[in-house]
Amino acid sequence: MRIELVRRPQHSVLFSTLSPFMALGLTLIAGAIMFSVLGKNPVDALYYYFIDPLTGIWDPSNRWQLHELAIKAAPLILIAVGLSVCYLSNNWNIGAEGQFIVGAIVGSFIPVMFPGFHSWIVLPLMLILGMAGGAAYAAIPAFFKVRFNTNEILTSLMLVYVAQLFNDWLVRGIWRNPEGMSFPGTIRFSEWAILPQIWPDAGRAHWGFVFALVAAVLVWFMLSKTLKGFEVKVLGQSPRAGRFAGFSSGKVVFFAFLLSGALAGLAGICEAAGPIEHLNEKISIGYGFTAIIVAFLGRLNPLGIVAAGIILALTYLGGESAQIAIGVSDKAVRAFQGMLLFFVLACDTLIHYRVRIVGTSGMKAEAGKAGAV
Amino acid sequence: MSADTAAANLLEVRGLTKIFGTLKACDAVDLTIRKGEIHALLGENGAGKSTLVKMLFGSLEPYSGEIRWNGQPVKIANPNAARKLGIGMVFQHFSLFEALSAAENIALSLDDQTPISTIAAKAQALSYSYGLPLDPYSLVGDLSVGERQRIEIIRCLLQTPDLIILDEPTSVLTPQEADKLFETLERLRAEGKSILYISHRLEEVKRMCDAATVMRHGKVVAHCDPRQETAASLARMMVGSEVHAVVRAPVEGIETAEALLEVRNLSRKPATPFSMALKNISLNVRAGEVIGIAGVAGNGQGEFFEAVSGEAMQPDAGTIRIRGKDAGRLSITGRRLLGAAFVPEERLGHGAAPRMKLSENLFLSRYATDSKAFLGPAGFVKESAIDAATQRIIQEMDVRKSARDPEAAALSGGNLQKFIIGRELDRRPTVMVVNQPTWGVDAGAAAKIRQSLIELARSGSAVLVISQDLDELFEISDAISVMHNGELSKPLPRAEATFEKIGLLMGGAEPGHADPGLESV
Amino acid sequence: MIEQILITIATAATPLLIAAIGELVVERSGVLNLGVEGMMIMGAVTGFGVALTTGSPWLGVFAAIIVGALFSLLFGFLTLTLVTNQVATGLALTLLGLGLSGMIGEAFVGQPGVKLAAIYIPGLTDIPFVGRLFFGQDPLFYVSILLTVGVAWFLFRTRAGLTLRSVGDNHGSAHALGINVIRIRYLAVMFGGACAGLAGAFLSLVYTTQWIENMSAGRGWIALALVVFASWRPLRVLAGAYLFGAVSIGQLHAQALGIGIPSQLLSALPYLATTLVLVLISRNRRLTMINTPASLGRPFVPDR
Repeated sequence: MRIELVRRPQHSVLFSTLSPFMALGLTLIAGAIMFSVLGKNPVDALYYYFIDPLTGIWDPSNRWQLHELAIKAAPLILIAVGLSVCYLSNNWNIGAEGQFIVGAIVGSFIPVMFPGFHSWIVLPLMLILGMAGGAAYAAIPAFFKVRFNTNEILTSLMLVYVAQLFNDWLVRGIWRNPEGMSFPGTIRFSEWAILPQIWPDAGRAHWGFVFALVAAVLVWFMLSKTLKGFEVKVLGQSPRAGRFAGFSSGKVVFFAFLLSGALAGLAGICEAAGPIEHLNEKISIGYGFTAIIVAFLGRLNPLGIVAAGIILALTYLGGESAQIAIGVSDKAVRAFQGMLLFFVLACDTLIHYRVRIVGTSGMKAEAGKAGAV
Repeated sequence: MSADTAAANLLEVRGLTKIFGTLKACDAVDLTIRKGEIHALLGENGAGKSTLVKMLFGSLEPYSGEIRWNGQPVKIANPNAARKLGIGMVFQHFSLFEALSAAENIALSLDDQTPISTIAAKAQALSYSYGLPLDPYSLVGDLSVGERQRIEIIRCLLQTPDLIILDEPTSVLTPQEADKLFETLERLRAEGKSILYISHRLEEVKRMCDAATVMRHGKVVAHCDPRQETAASLARMMVGSEVHAVVRAPVEGIETAEALLEVRNLSRKPATPFSMALKNISLNVRAGEVIGIAGVAGNGQGEFFEAVSGEAMQPDAGTIRIRGKDAGRLSITGRRLLGAAFVPEERLGHGAAPRMKLSENLFLSRYATDSKAFLGPAGFVKESAIDAATQRIIQEMDVRKSARDPEAAALSGGNLQKFIIGRELDRRPTVMVVNQPTWGVDAGAAAKIRQSLIELARSGSAVLVISQDLDELFEISDAISVMHNGELSKPLPRAEATFEKIGLLMGGAEPGHADPGLESV
Repeated sequence: MIEQILITIATAATPLLIAAIGELVVERSGVLNLGVEGMMIMGAVTGFGVALTTGSPWLGVFAAIIVGALFSLLFGFLTLTLVTNQVATGLALTLLGLGLSGMIGEAFVGQPGVKLAAIYIPGLTDIPFVGRLFFGQDPLFYVSILLTVGVAWFLFRTRAGLTLRSVGDNHGSAHALGINVIRIRYLAVMFGGACAGLAGAFLSLVYTTQWIENMSAGRGWIALALVVFASWRPLRVLAGAYLFGAVSIGQLHAQALGIGIPSQLLSALPYLATTLVLVLISRNRRLTMINTPASLGRPFVPDR
């Protein structure tokens, strides 16, 4: 018995829509099996993962949970929207985690170095610096790729480790809060440097979530309605045809990396200036890597990414509540996320191929004689 | 058929059928090959010839039908089984490995564990005995197309097959190289081997083959003796109807017409390790004429096309001039804006993005020249205007398709090529440069494309056609140049050009010094 | 002292070498598996866990090899049978491996591990200066050297190796000749997975003998970089691995000596060195173009 793929003449619109849902379904089944193996009731576990954080929808007393969801979803969406432009243009930036951290560091420069600078302009400056920092850090692998043809996958990833170590050194060294006991981390930002909450009465969700939605809509428009978006897609699908069209692959490499770096940097500074209110060594809980999963689950479409970002944010929150309620390790979250990406990629095969399961060749010959397929 | 001739049948195929999805690529095909004959398999592109031979060589699994070898029914599960039976194949798109040496390439299709050095020695001995000299230790990536084909043939012969399948072997050779191949084939026939010879070149088939099977739309439409037929009658069998010959009215006063495309002392270093350098190429194409560039594949045609189109720019602006303006340092977009249009050799992945719709592929080459019609403020794409233009071209060029606006990859080669040519003609370009306009295209579409190129020229544009197909160039060109080893010969006016002369130039002979007795291979 | 430093360099280089040699075979067959990090960490946690529960480090090593190979089959099934994007699938394998290993290894955190003992040959190991270097290291050091030589011999001296290289050069041609492209790639991917698993076991049974989450710390990625650096040649992978071993040991010694540079910045050196080396090697476009397996990362669907 073997599996055979038959290429569809046209990509299947049905399966383009259906594949993320199939992947989610398969992940839930695999997750249920995983929880059973761990000796937990799979129904309970899945409830805490995917339903409990959403009870705020109908229960006002739990509304704060929806805000927590938005807090987790904001960086995931921001980063993944940028990554979608990278991946569509065939630029494999997997260093968003590093760009996120550098954005947080550069954006924190003003509140850490000039804590007495109190003005309305502080926050906009921080956001701009955060974007600039992320973009500049992403420009390094882009430059190497364009100038020297260096593999961007490896360079962008190596720079993640460098950024993590650099941040670690900063918050334990020259930027450490002298009054922070021995905890690593900078001083708490002044109120001028804090990203405001959207509805402070209801919960902690900050403006980062709004930025994420705006970014998703703008990038969606750019990708689907403008010449720039066409350029990105052609060069990604068919580089030679893109050059024939007169597009410059080098320029698009920079465009994709700078855009995704800037969005990752913005996510980074929003995290520092939002829920955390200072810079510390745990500024990212792997958002940069989880966002890769978000980008693929959203089928590289910024609007799909909004939904995917919320789903992945759910796993973070659900992981916490499942740990508290039934004692499932919080480590299960990352395993869960990894499985999801696997299923997404597997289901995407159905968009371009029909899958046939064929018996051994002897059996097939029999079937052929009988006139059946 | 008497019992005597039945015993002489090496291969009998009865009712062989292959289905891809809903397409019957081969529909109940019958074929009989006798011992010691050269049997032609004729048919248009897409008629099912390649599918049939792939089933004979075990690369494809038949859906139903029977294959008999020396009278015994056999099942050919894979190419190894075919080789064991005694079937060898020389592929059309070579099945060679560029990063490996000739001897390693040969070793890969031999099942035993003979050391490479022994194989190399055998291959060399065999190659000289057939007059196809070969250095077994050279890297395939460094070899010319003709030399690569020699490796394929030697590899096949080393397996001492009884039946040799050759898929379009002369499409990559000069006429003289092809003659050399025919000698080899006749010698093999004299040794009692059978040959299945796939071609669409009817003259060669008439000259050399003992029997022919003609296929059309997956079915066998005729078995015949090609020597009793004319080229025209064979063509009718292949196409199923009369093929309209291309009409080429003579041009007058071309010497005084304005040169719309000028190439002056164009040189280019090889861009990649396996590509060709261009050496001091000069050429003028005037308003109203079609200039053809002949040459064996891999002699710099692709590099030349890139340089003329602007995909590769030149350091010196004066090396390419379009409508009297220096264009050497302009990008392909800049050159298009001067009125030039380009059609590259590769349809899928170069001229068109395979997974994009036809309308997007129209936009691909025309967003700059038609920016007023197709683009709004801030680069907003006007989809309805593009869609209207797409449907106009589909109508104009008679592009057959399964959906209103399908993906490029869903079209047959001929229909996609009609669309790509139509996309450029729709602009009425002043200069048109086309690389292999009808490669892999069926006769009807090819005739339409050729006629439209001539008409474009006669309406006052300059047309430059690069092609490996000499018949095509003789049909449409007003003058023919030959590209060999990165150099371009002076254009020979159509009236003076012969296959013989062009063939010698393709083999690298200097114009005027060609000695017909000299072996040009 | 010098002998001691050389031995520590070998200890740092061995896991990189083993993982990179495995990945080299995978890439020579035309498949790019970016999941080395994930397979390695799965090997590390399996090796540690099995050695801890059975008390036998060798059982841990074998279990790690098997789990590495099985884990790579996930990647193989997706990329070879379902023809998914190799880059994305490799990333998925890494993310899944890091997640799963963290979950599995939670019980092992803080537990003292079992060490795979260095070999001792009376007489030979006692030779001054070179005895321990050549005859007194851990067994996996010798395995890594044999593996390198064996892979070099296999690839360039055997017919099977030639077939594997041909598949990596042009899978279409190989298929036309009747070579089973998919089967060869499955075997190569599993070999790569087994090697990565072994490299992981080295980390948790020789290098540190404890389980720490994410203990592979990017070594899988560095192994991938080494393959590019070595332009797909086994003996150059050996040289590259020892070069990197030297860099990481050098920075550790610098940290120990306290030369005034913050430890985090010294720790970043191997990653910076990897980036630098990649840039330097890719500057020579001609060299990389000739050596890169031409089918690397390209999807292949056989027609039947």
